[in-house]
Amino acid sequence: MRSCRDISALVSQGLDKKLSLRERFSVWLHVMMCTRCRNFQTQSRFIRKAARRYTDDLQNRLNNKS
Amino acid sequence: MTDTLLTEQTLSAQRPVLFRYALLQLRDSELADDAVQEALLAALQSATGFEGKASLRTWLIGILKHKIADHWRRSAREAVAPAFDRTDGDDGEAEEDDYFMSSGHWNGGPKAWADPEAALKQQEFWTIYESCQNNLPPKMANVFMLRELVGLEADEVCREAGLSEANYWVTMHRARLRLRECLEIRWFNNTKQEQRHA
Repeated sequence: MRSCRDISALVSQGLDKKLSLRERFSVWLHVMMCTRCRNFQTQSRFIRKAARRYTDDLQNRLNNKS
Repeated sequence: MTDTLLTEQTLSAQRPVLFRYALLQLRDSELADDAVQEALLAALQSATGFEGKASLRTWLIGILKHKIADHWRRSAREAVAPAFDRTDGDDGEAEEDDYFMSSGHWNGGPKAWADPEAALKQQEFWTIYESCQNNLPPKMANVFMLRELVGLEADEVCREAGLSEANYWVTMHRARLRLRECLEIRWFNNTKQEQRHA
């Protein structure tokens, strides 16, 4: 059984590369039962989305300025 | 060796990424545009520079960095150079364990967030987001910026930031843990109680 520390690290890695089947499976199993890791998963995806939105907005803002 | 011939077309395909990179550093779209153009021109002129060793993008970013540095030198505005560019200094490397107990369980840990989608529509949220992002330690901010704002792939970030793969995973993970916590404390659970690592 992997700990929240390990699982959350895998969740992070999963955003930057394709995890192995075994890794994906252990994340899936863990996240089903663990609210905090599930929250981490949702929230790190949200952060990615926010980062993209931030860049787009910045780009728009600066384009309009000049 | 093989087909590393640079055409204007292959170069201009890299433009959006380069532009985002320049924009984040220079904070001015005209200056960013100029820097990117200069970098692409320099790339075209240097037939021998790119030998297919690094990825094309990493090579171009290397050139772009010089152009941006030229700009700072010219305008003598080093003082306002953004935090992203300061990649030296140590970054609180031993702080991950704030987030977990020795058993591997969360220490506190992610609570549910009420309506994150709604937050994206609020100006105040973006102020907080920006401040949380700027509060990342410089090296971490740089890696996060390259990956999530500029949009490089993980291996490109490693080359660009001079990180080992293992180091990359740790750095990105910490950046996410920190940002997450910052947003939670300052936006999503902005009540006075339970501020742990404020």
